[in-house]
Amino acid sequence: MARLLEHINVPGINTFDVYRKHGGYKSVEKALKTMTPDEVTEEVKKSGLRGRGGAGFPAGMKWSFLDRKSDKPRYLVCNADESEPGTFKDRYLMEKIPHVLIEGMITSSYALGAKTSYIYVRGEYMYIIRILEKAIEEARANGFLGKNILGTDYSLELYVQPGGGAYICGEETALLESLEGKRGNPRLKPPFPAVAGLYASPTVVNNVETISAVCSIVNESGDEYAKIGVGKSTGTKLISASGHINKPGVYEIELGLPVEEFIYSDQYCGGIWKGRKLKAVVAGGSSVPILPAELILKTAKGEPRLMSYESLSDGGFATGTMLGSGGFIVMDETACIVRNLWTFTRFYHHESCGQCSPCREGTGWMEKVLHRIEHGHGHMEDIDLLVDVAKKIEGNTICPLGDAAAWPVASAIRHFREEFEYHVKYPEKVKNPKHFELEPFRSEKVLAGV
Amino acid sequence: MAKVTIDGIEVEVADGTTILNAARQIGGEVVPPAMCYYSSLKDTGGKCRVCLVKVTQGSAKDPRPMPKLVASCRTPVMDGMVVQNITSQEVLEARKGVVEFLLINHPLDCPICDQAGECDLQNLAYEHGAAKTRYEEDRRTFEKIDIGDKIKLHMTRCILCYRCTFVADQLTNERVHGVINRGDASEISTYIEKAVDNEFSGNMIDVCPVGALTDKTFRFKSRVWFTKPLDAHRNCDKCCGKVVLWTKGDDVLRVSARKDQYGEVKEYICNECRYDHKNMNDWTIEGPRHIDKHSVISQNHYEKIDMQKLKLDIERQIQFQKGKQLPETNQSPA
Amino acid sequence: MSEQIKPIQFSAETMDLVQRIIKRYPEGRQKSALLPILHIAQAEFDGWLSTPVMDYVASILSIKPIEVYEVASFYTMFNLEPVGKCLIEVCQTGPCWLRGADDIVEHFEKKLNIKVGETTADGMFTLKTVECLGSCGTAPMLQCGSDYYENLTTEKVDTLIEKLRSSNQRSTYMKSNMQEI
Repeated sequence: MARLLEHINVPGINTFDVYRKHGGYKSVEKALKTMTPDEVTEEVKKSGLRGRGGAGFPAGMKWSFLDRKSDKPRYLVCNADESEPGTFKDRYLMEKIPHVLIEGMITSSYALGAKTSYIYVRGEYMYIIRILEKAIEEARANGFLGKNILGTDYSLELYVQPGGGAYICGEETALLESLEGKRGNPRLKPPFPAVAGLYASPTVVNNVETISAVCSIVNESGDEYAKIGVGKSTGTKLISASGHINKPGVYEIELGLPVEEFIYSDQYCGGIWKGRKLKAVVAGGSSVPILPAELILKTAKGEPRLMSYESLSDGGFATGTMLGSGGFIVMDETACIVRNLWTFTRFYHHESCGQCSPCREGTGWMEKVLHRIEHGHGHMEDIDLLVDVAKKIEGNTICPLGDAAAWPVASAIRHFREEFEYHVKYPEKVKNPKHFELEPFRSEKVLAGV
Repeated sequence: MAKVTIDGIEVEVADGTTILNAARQIGGEVVPPAMCYYSSLKDTGGKCRVCLVKVTQGSAKDPRPMPKLVASCRTPVMDGMVVQNITSQEVLEARKGVVEFLLINHPLDCPICDQAGECDLQNLAYEHGAAKTRYEEDRRTFEKIDIGDKIKLHMTRCILCYRCTFVADQLTNERVHGVINRGDASEISTYIEKAVDNEFSGNMIDVCPVGALTDKTFRFKSRVWFTKPLDAHRNCDKCCGKVVLWTKGDDVLRVSARKDQYGEVKEYICNECRYDHKNMNDWTIEGPRHIDKHSVISQNHYEKIDMQKLKLDIERQIQFQKGKQLPETNQSPA
Repeated sequence: MSEQIKPIQFSAETMDLVQRIIKRYPEGRQKSALLPILHIAQAEFDGWLSTPVMDYVASILSIKPIEVYEVASFYTMFNLEPVGKCLIEVCQTGPCWLRGADDIVEHFEKKLNIKVGETTADGMFTLKTVECLGSCGTAPMLQCGSDYYENLTTEKVDTLIEKLRSSNQRSTYMKSNMQEI
C-alpha cells in the first residue's frame, strides 16, 4: 500500500513531471476510464477511511449522503483551513506534495459528480495557495483539469480560495459561509451540507488528508487500504508532533502504533527533549482532553495505548481522549498545565465567532478566570467554577467549538486539579511565568508519600 | 401532519413546524422562551440557546433520542417525536446556564433602562436566573451611540440576537447596519457613523428583546408601567396603521407596533406612524391594550375583564384538551 | 508620501485578476470573491483596509458596504487601521509557548522598544501576537507577510529585524519574499 509521504524525499516531487513519474495521477486515469462514480465511492466505503480533519466520520458514508437526486450542481470542497493548535500536517503535505491533493480532488470530484470544486485554504497559508495554484496549472496543462479530462466526458474546474484568518472556518458550514463571502458563522443543522451546502447545493466537505488518501484507495482498492491499521482505524494517519520532544515534525504512522513507541522511538518523536520526563500529552489537537503520562502510555485497564481512534478514546473522557486531527502535543515535567490551558482557552476565546451565547460569553469567562489563577490571583472556588462553566458550554452551542473549548478545561482539572490548587495556594511561587521550569511541580500527595 | 408530545402533552401540527411553534400551539408553561427567534422574520433563531429542549424520541420511525439538546426554534418536529422542556432537569440547568451567560456582560442597569418592565431578558432572568453573580471580571462596555436621529444604540445591553439586522434586511432594501467584529467583541454597528434612515427602521426598536435599541422620542419620558397602552389605528398608505399608543393623560408618549403574547410583532408599522403622530386626535382609539396580568405594566390597572376574551380562553382550553389546532389569542379586534 | 494620495482604484492588471477571480463562482455569487479581493485590496492600498477601500470593493462586487465591513472585521488578517511597513505576527498558542514564544515576544519588545500591538516611531514595524499559525513543529515561529520564519531564536530575530529594515519593503500576504534567516 502506497503511503502518502512515500516520495516525500524525492527531489522535485512538488512538480507535475516528477510526481507523475512516481505513479502520480494514476487514480484519475483509473477512475475516469475504467470506473463509474459509484464504484469509486464504493471503494472509499470499503476502505473504512475516516475523516482526517478531526471528527473521524467515515468518509464513504459522508459521500453516500450526498443528495444525488437534486437538479442543482454538486460541489466538493476541500477543507484546508488547518487551524487546530498542534496540527500542521496538511500544510506539510500541500507544501511538499501538492499534486497528491490535486489528484485526490479530481478523483473524488468525479466520484461525487462535481463539476466545480474548491480548496479552501486558511489565509495565513498564502504561500501554500501559490504552490497549489501552480500545481493546478500544471495539471491543467497536462489535461487533468478543464474540459474533457483525458478525453473522457468528465470536465472539472478546480479553484483555490483563501480564508481571512478564522479558526472557526474549519467547521464545515462556517467554511461554506466564508466561501460564499460571508462571516464565518456556522450554520444551524439540519440541513446538512450533503443536502444544502455551498450555494444551497449538495456539497461534500473533506479534509486535505482524507481527499489525498483517496488516490491510493482507488489505485490499490479499498480492501487493500483496509488491511492497514487496526479495527475501525484503517490506513495511515499523518501525525503532527510538537512540544517538548527531540524531533518535532509530521510523521505518517499506521494506525495502531503504540503511543509509547511513537513518543520514544527515534523513527518518530525521538523521546522527550533535554533528557526530561514526560508529563502530559494532548494527543489530537488542542480540543481533545489532555492526559497525564501514565494514561497516555497505558489505558486505565493497563493495556498499552495505541495510536488509533478506538484505543485513544478507551475509557471515555474519564481516562481517555481522542485521536482528533492528530495534533500530538507533548509536555515535559517543566510545563505548567494551567498556563498551557490558559493559552488554549485564550485561543478559543479569540476564535469564537460570537454567534451563540454560551460560546461567546463562556469562552471569555473561562479565559479570564484561568488568567487570574495562572497569575496568582485565583480563589479555590474558581476551579469548580471553571468546571461548571465548561459543563454549561459543552453540548449547548451551535457548532463544536463550544465542546472544543470546554473539553481541555474539564480534562485539565480532572487530571491535574492539584496543580490548579497549588496556583491558588502559593501565588508567590507562580509569579514568575516560568515557575515550573525553575522547579518542576511535584504533587504534594507524592511528596507526602501517600 | 405530525404528532408530537411535549412535556407529556400531545399535539398535532403541520409538517415542518418547529418544536417551539408546536409548543406555542399547546400554549402555557410548556412554551420554551425565545430571545432571538422571531416568527415574522425569516432565518432568525438558533443563536441565543435559551429555547434548548431535549428530544427523548426522534420520531416514530427512528425513536433514538437526539444526542444533544436542540434549539426548539429551528428544529422541525417529526411524527412521533417526544420532547421534554420544563420536565427535564437537564434542560432547566442548561437554560439557567444560558441566562447566566447572557447576564455576565449585561450592565444590569434596569433602573435607568427604558426597556425595564417590558424586557425579555428581565423576564427570563426572573424565571431562570440566579440571585447572585459568579462573575467577578470586568464587564464588557461600549459607548452608547445614536444610529439615526430616532434610535439610541446601547450596545452594552445587546445580547446579539441579530433580529434588528433581519429587520433591516427584510423590511428595508438598504441595510446599513450589521454585526461587526467577532466573538465577544461583536457589536451591532453601522461601522462608519451613518444613520439608519428608512421608512421602517423604527421596527428595530420593537424587535429588540432588551434595551439595546430604544426610541429616542420616548427616552426617559416615563417608566412604561406608568403609561396606559391603548390599541389604536389610522389610515396609512405605508403600513397597516395598527399600533399601540403608550399614553399618560392625553399625551401620547410613544407609539409602537402591536406585539402578540410572545412579544412578537406580526404587522410592522412605518416611521411616520411611529414618530409623527403623537397626537390622540390622529388616531381612532379601539380601547385599552390587553397586557398580561403578570406583567408589571398591568399593575396600575384599568383594563376591564374582557368577557369575549375570557370566553375565547375557555374555548381554547377545551379545544386544547381535545388536541385541536388552536387559534391565536390576544389579537386585538381590528 | 505619494503612497497616501494613490487614488482608490485597482490598476488595469489587478482589475483583470479581480475579474478572473469573480468568474470562479456561479453567476450571481460574486460575493464569494470578497475574501480574495480584500486580500488584494489590502496589498494594493498600503497594508490596510480603509473605509473608502472597502466601499470600493463593495462597488466592484455590487454588494452593500456594510456587508464588506461585517466580513473584514470578522477575519483577523484584515487590518482596519494602518500598520507598520512590516507586520510581525508572533504565534503564542500552546505548542509555540511550550518552546519559548514568550521569550521571542519579549525580545522583539526590547529590540524594537515597543509593546505588543504598537508600531515603531519610524512606522517600520508593528508587533502583534497571534493565535496558532499551523507551524507547531517548527516552534517558536512568526509570520511576516506571507513568509513563515520558524525555529526562532533571539539571534534569528536580530538577523530578521536587520534584514527587514534593510530591504525596507512593505510586508504583504500576497507575495513571498522568503529567504533563509
